[in-house]
Amino acid sequence: MPVKSYLAHPHEGKKSELLSALSEIECCEVIPAENKDVIVLVTDTANEIEENILKEKLEAIESIKLFSMVSGFDTQN
Amino acid sequence: MCITPTNRRIFIKKMAAAAAMTAAATMFPGIVFASEQEANLSSGSDLDWKKGPCRFCGVGCGILVGVDKGKAVAVKGDPNSSVNKGLLCVKGYHQTMCIQAKDRLTHALVKKNGRYVETPISEALDIVANKMKETIEKHGKDSVAMYTSGQSTIPEGYVASKLMKGAIGTNNLDCNARLCMASAVTGFLTTFGADEPMGCYEDIDYADYFITWGNNMAEMHPVLFSRMLEEKNRRGAKIIDFATRTTRSSSASDKSILFEPQTDLAVANAICYEIINKGWVNKSFVEKHCNFSKGLTNIGYGLEDKFKFTDKPEKIDFEAYKKFLEEYTPEKVAKYSGVSVKDIKYLAAIYGDPNKKVVSYWCMGMNQHTRGTWMNNLVYNIHLLTGKISQPGNGPFSLTGQPSACGTAREVGTFTHKLPKGVVTNEKHRRLAAKIWKVPYERIPAKPTYHATEMFRAVDRGDIKFIWTQVTNPLVSLPKTSRYRPAMEKDSCFVVVSDVFPTPTSDVADVILPASWHIEKSGLYGNSERRTQHWDKMVEGPGETTPDAWMTIEVAKRMGFGDLFPYSEENHVEEIYNEYRQFHEGAKHGMAPLDVLKKQSGAIWPYVDGKSTQWRFNAKYDPACSNGEEFHFYGKPDGKAIIWQRPFEPAPEAPDDEYPFWLNTGRVIEHWHTGSMTRRIPVLHKAMPSAYVEFHPEDAKILSIVNGENVKVTSRRGSCILPASINERGLPTQGQVFVPFFDENMMINDVTLDAFCPISKEPDYKKCAVKVEKA
Ligand code: SF4
Repeated sequence: MPVKSYLAHPHEGKKSELLSALSEIECCEVIPAENKDVIVLVTDTANEIEENILKEKLEAIESIKLFSMVSGFDTQN
Repeated sequence: MCITPTNRRIFIKKMAAAAAMTAAATMFPGIVFASEQEANLSSGSDLDWKKGPCRFCGVGCGILVGVDKGKAVAVKGDPNSSVNKGLLCVKGYHQTMCIQAKDRLTHALVKKNGRYVETPISEALDIVANKMKETIEKHGKDSVAMYTSGQSTIPEGYVASKLMKGAIGTNNLDCNARLCMASAVTGFLTTFGADEPMGCYEDIDYADYFITWGNNMAEMHPVLFSRMLEEKNRRGAKIIDFATRTTRSSSASDKSILFEPQTDLAVANAICYEIINKGWVNKSFVEKHCNFSKGLTNIGYGLEDKFKFTDKPEKIDFEAYKKFLEEYTPEKVAKYSGVSVKDIKYLAAIYGDPNKKVVSYWCMGMNQHTRGTWMNNLVYNIHLLTGKISQPGNGPFSLTGQPSACGTAREVGTFTHKLPKGVVTNEKHRRLAAKIWKVPYERIPAKPTYHATEMFRAVDRGDIKFIWTQVTNPLVSLPKTSRYRPAMEKDSCFVVVSDVFPTPTSDVADVILPASWHIEKSGLYGNSERRTQHWDKMVEGPGETTPDAWMTIEVAKRMGFGDLFPYSEENHVEEIYNEYRQFHEGAKHGMAPLDVLKKQSGAIWPYVDGKSTQWRFNAKYDPACSNGEEFHFYGKPDGKAIIWQRPFEPAPEAPDDEYPFWLNTGRVIEHWHTGSMTRRIPVLHKAMPSAYVEFHPEDAKILSIVNGENVKVTSRRGSCILPASINERGLPTQGQVFVPFFDENMMINDVTLDAFCPISKEPDYKKCAVKVEKA
């Protein structure tokens, strides 16, 4: 049951595009910075299969320049 | 507060968001998130966050481990650590998940009649101590050995050194850092007379250029690379990747320059030629702070047992050095290095521009090199000629691979020639060690014995009859394991292995001791930037798992050395650290007191008057400078660093008709070293389940090899079958293949060559000749 958080950095001028792409993905919660080009992304998946599907979806987003992982939580409930 | 599963999950998500926001706040000062989001974040919880350094790489990121009911349930980056400012890489934040692996070693195992029998730990330690004693009585003290690690904690390394050198009186102690950092050490000592980098990670915030020498930082030092990318995006800093293979680092860099294996020696000299030829030498710096020297040439490769080499340094002058460099004009070097004249000149112009700050980074590419010491010297030459050293954003920076290669292997000195301060060959250093250890001075032998490769050769020859390995897996990580695995299986040597999980090394052990993992014990690590970091035990380990330091102490007591090891089980980490600190007292290497390290996320030595020293040898920052000048290289008696005349010499084995490919080996981001921990972390194992052999697409086409097809890689020493990987993670140049070494089921080190740098004795895992064929 992984919960993870990332900093997502958009390509120049693509912050709102990235924000809407991330918002459309079911297990993602996004918190955009108001004054910088970075978005906090929290992912919440039920199992590894979902985690992998999510990974593929994230990798397919064109407006994303770089992901940095910040924390990971593995909970049993 | 009673937390139900649902609101517990919401809470955890908030914690995750908070961790990311805190990291962002450190990276982007003044960053604002929507206030209602922040207000929503809960501050109270039953999670107890404990600080420490990451278990894995030499970057030494600060972590916070969330402990709930005695279990580690979460890991996040420590926002107070100036190393990572809250960031972690994929290994870092999954690290604690290996603790739960089903095959964890929880009890001692003793081999009886060919079977492992679970044995109480105290009985197993009796067997180890008796065997060690008996072997010494029968065959002499040089018949027993310990082989430890750059992942051992500072107290673990310290008691191993005290037991072997101070109590028993043998220098048969070496460690796996010989395989990764020894050339960096000899590079520092020959050029500056003092080990470890002069700068720190804060250099990243100031440099205009980062030049990486054979170093895939995006995978090996990912958090530092993220910080570099941040500077690239924020203020246009440039990253130049100089390597033999195209990697993730190359694609993220501004420019990637490829060179033919081993010719980095020639290119570095060509850069120096160009700097002198163009008049870019910082003359006053060189006149005030540098000497010139040359050493022996055609120095061999250590391929034969009992190989010996001692360099004979000879002073030269600037004119002689300049003349030597005439062999290395960009035009001449371009012919065999594969680097164009334009690119050599481009690199030289970056270093030569007085208005640009440059940091050079390297790690295994330069260190695991049969001329590793020379390569380190040559990059120092570039920085010394231009005076770009020991200043914020300007300097050569040798990165370490392991989390405490600096703190333990180098500073405590778990090498055969080392003592906690200085070397065994120096009488003053032996006298100091004898005084602090309270042993007769004569007991510490003045001659080094076996470095890592030679230690396992001695096991093979039957000279070593007892060996104890701790925190390391040599039968996967040594070069030419095709020789050393059968050697360790021989009845002539009694093998003791302390580890957390079973490995191919523990498979050949007579006694297996169950070690505590990282957060199940207290400890200290020292990272690449001279930062010492402490952590307290966070959770209980399973079964009879015991900290390695305590197992060494228990064996020492059983051997009759109890008076030298008067530490208490509850407090031994603190007691040992306080004893060890005495070795480094003074402005040149003072270590921070433990109460400081308990409070903050590490401190950089020299720690003087309550302050870390970020840039050594620069009088503005380093209180040990005493020559009245701006810079003082006080590691050398005359306070001057040395610019070394070191030529290009070929690799011992190069591709030929029979073995037409270069073999290069290394790591991947998902796995730590031999994979004994990270392959037990499901998400990492799944992301990178097995090793592979990378091809250039043209080579694959010629050999009609397709992606995923099994291929046999063979050298004169052995072979290994792996699936082909074409244009996936990395892209070798034509005529080269690359294999990561983390997979114990695909033992690429059966194929590698045990040639080493004659000065550092560090093996070259990056170059040997192989043939490849469909399996
Ligand atoms: S970069 Fe190294 S120290 Fe940092 S989290 Fe990753 S493995 Fe750990």
